[in-house]
Amino acid sequence: MERAAVYDSDLNLKATELRLGLPGRDESEKQSSRNNKRSSAEMENSCDKDEQESAPAPKAQVVGWPPVRSYRKNILQHQKNESDLSGIFVKVSMDGAPYLRKIDLKVYKNYQDLLKALENMFKCSIGVYSEREGYNGSEFAPTYEDKDGDWMLVGDVPWDMFITSCKRLRIMKGSEAKGLGCL
Amino acid sequence: MDTYINIYIERERDRGFGFFLTELSDYNRSGSNLKVEDNPELYFGPKIFRSSLHLIGSARVKKDQMRSFQSMLNYFPEEVLEHVFDFLTSHRDRNAVSLVCKSWYAVERFSREKVFIGNCYAISPDRLIARFPRVRSLTLKGKPHFADFNLVPHDWGGYVQPWIESMVKGGVNLEELRLKRMLVSDESLELLANSFPNFKSLVLVSCEGFTTDGLAAIASNCRFLRELDLQENEVEDRRGQWLSRFPDSCTSLVSLNFACLKGEVNLASLERLVARCCNLRSLRVNHAVPLDALQRILAQAPQLVDLGTGSFVHDPDSESYNKLETSMQKCTSITSLSGFLDVTARCLPAIYSICRHLTTLNLSYAPGIYSDELVKLICHCNKLERLLVLDTIGDKGLGVVASTCKELQELRVFPSDIYVVGNASVTEEGLVAISAGCPKLNSILYFCQQMTNAALITVAKNCPNFIRFRLCTLNPTVPDAVTMQPLDEGFGAIVKSCKGLKRLSVSGLLTDQVFLYFGRYAKQLEMLSIAFAGDSDKGMLYVLNGCKKLKKLEIRDSPFGNVALLADMGKYETMRSLWMSSCEVTLGACKTLAQKMPKLNVEIINESDQMEDSVDDKQKVEKMYLYRTLVGPRKDAPDFVWTL
Repeated sequence: MERAAVYDSDLNLKATELRLGLPGRDESEKQSSRNNKRSSAEMENSCDKDEQESAPAPKAQVVGWPPVRSYRKNILQHQKNESDLSGIFVKVSMDGAPYLRKIDLKVYKNYQDLLKALENMFKCSIGVYSEREGYNGSEFAPTYEDKDGDWMLVGDVPWDMFITSCKRLRIMKGSEAKGLGCL
Repeated sequence: MDTYINIYIERERDRGFGFFLTELSDYNRSGSNLKVEDNPELYFGPKIFRSSLHLIGSARVKKDQMRSFQSMLNYFPEEVLEHVFDFLTSHRDRNAVSLVCKSWYAVERFSREKVFIGNCYAISPDRLIARFPRVRSLTLKGKPHFADFNLVPHDWGGYVQPWIESMVKGGVNLEELRLKRMLVSDESLELLANSFPNFKSLVLVSCEGFTTDGLAAIASNCRFLRELDLQENEVEDRRGQWLSRFPDSCTSLVSLNFACLKGEVNLASLERLVARCCNLRSLRVNHAVPLDALQRILAQAPQLVDLGTGSFVHDPDSESYNKLETSMQKCTSITSLSGFLDVTARCLPAIYSICRHLTTLNLSYAPGIYSDELVKLICHCNKLERLLVLDTIGDKGLGVVASTCKELQELRVFPSDIYVVGNASVTEEGLVAISAGCPKLNSILYFCQQMTNAALITVAKNCPNFIRFRLCTLNPTVPDAVTMQPLDEGFGAIVKSCKGLKRLSVSGLLTDQVFLYFGRYAKQLEMLSIAFAGDSDKGMLYVLNGCKKLKKLEIRDSPFGNVALLADMGKYETMRSLWMSSCEVTLGACKTLAQKMPKLNVEIINESDQMEDSVDDKQKVEKMYLYRTLVGPRKDAPDFVWTL
């Protein structure tokens, strides 16, 4: 995962700069007590203060880290692949729209991406999710039908769990969705 | 009422062999006494100790028999010694006993049936058989531990073939073979199956090099096979229906574990096999065994104690699912459960009935079970002693474990997604909760997103009984998440509090200071794993000087160099092995070490294409593995391994 490039500042020459080293690694390496450590090309120096953000730090693939047996890694990878193989296409309906759309959930990395895409697709505003209030205050609220056949509010469960349990999406009118937000 | 005297048999290091008589008042003893026929007043108790006093044996003798006994003492008949040694099951106790004197060495070596070899290159098979001709059970370990993490090339070594060949030649009556990280070929398995008529038990852990054809040979030829236990091996599937090769006459199986196999097995054969093996206690199937087959199997084997399910996917509203629930309810002996390689969460309620008896639960290969369902399941498991899960359980889930599983002794939390940092759902909070709720906790393996010193200090206070403490932060050099300080103080607290700590793995931002703590406090430490830690040679030196019982030290990507390596070369003869990769040691220093210490094999793994001559002594060594050995450089080293 790459750290988002800073689009708002100037020309962002750094992003196009040609240099050796892993992406995401800053040239001006901060002084740390580990200076005399051999700087392995694979090492990711993501522990410094400056890099602490709410977004997860970019991860370089260090050989053999985390120390997980290859057997286990292979099993996890296999299980991941099995679910990765095909796209997860789900129907999306919107209250009042004449026809449905279909999207591939695999294409999106997280809820933010998905909601933005839905907003674009249906030209609506969905707003921001909050655990307590749901999408209260927004014109529309995104809901989905899960494996058990229940209608759930989008955003409650972790993203990975969502994409494997979501069978279809429905964008409800905010007025109808009010009940959900109070649960 | 007779007064008894307890006799402690000690070994005095400097004064040779001697007996000491100590008179003690009666004391309560549990355990059986073995009465020795030639002197009915003489009882040998089963309490054999191994302590810093080298207490080796004890006997109770009637006081008025003492005089006649005294003369006997110097001439312990061999049969008597053998009886006493029978009670010694730990190989360490037996090793201690064999050092007492020549006659004890002789008696011990002829009576030892179980041999444990921690490094297959420390001794040769021929010498082993010469010393222990009556060996019936052999345990061998091959590759260094870091081979698990792809740091050692596959054909580095650790072949079992020469061992089997020697045992065949030596006429060994082999009954049990347990291998870890070894290379096992189909040829080896065939030779094994055809050479030892009483062979009973094969346990392979993290091995590779064989296929299901080798398993077929075992199945068809080992007439008294009791145990076939395959744990986490890489096995090539040859579609030969190996399981069907168990003859109809085979009814002796007690334990069958083939969970790691990737291919199909003949379900009908499996069901028939289970039906005719009434002593079957442990069965772990692979993912190719579906839930309805499992149900039929369980109906035939309600006496199972350990179950590993295969695929646990089904329509929970179906008839076969209901049958499964019923069959499960009849399995009242199951105390260990694992598998769930494919799982539909809604099928889990079928196992709720056995949850309350479970002492071991392994869900670490079941990413399909999310936190909520895990929690629902664990709520039923209040007798759990051993739990293995993925980090999808989350800190909240661990909180539930802490409040439910009061008997918990061992916990392992594995990462569910190793390629993306930031998604892991356990932190120091979960660990603290567990330490607070589970007073019997003594072993932990914990992969987490972040850690703090405060948390580790709390854990150390809550759980002073750790024997194994392995912490892995997904980012190897992450500092204290709150204070941004190194995690020195936290790990220092752990070693200071846990006086019995034998195994330790550390991670996170660590300086030389933490190693000072290890050297000072970790007096019982036997195995230490270090990665991306320390500032200078001092760190490694603290450990080498302070950790007196250190057996295995493995270090990667840390700034330890020649000074540390060469400071106390004799130390390595007291250890099983040392691994150093991506550190600062140079080829020259390794050569020096190899030259000065002939009883060590110093191996360099060189995977680059460089010619030997062009390599400079000042060059840093990428991977070094050294170990003590009685048999010099090994003859099966591949091209990329240089023994200096």
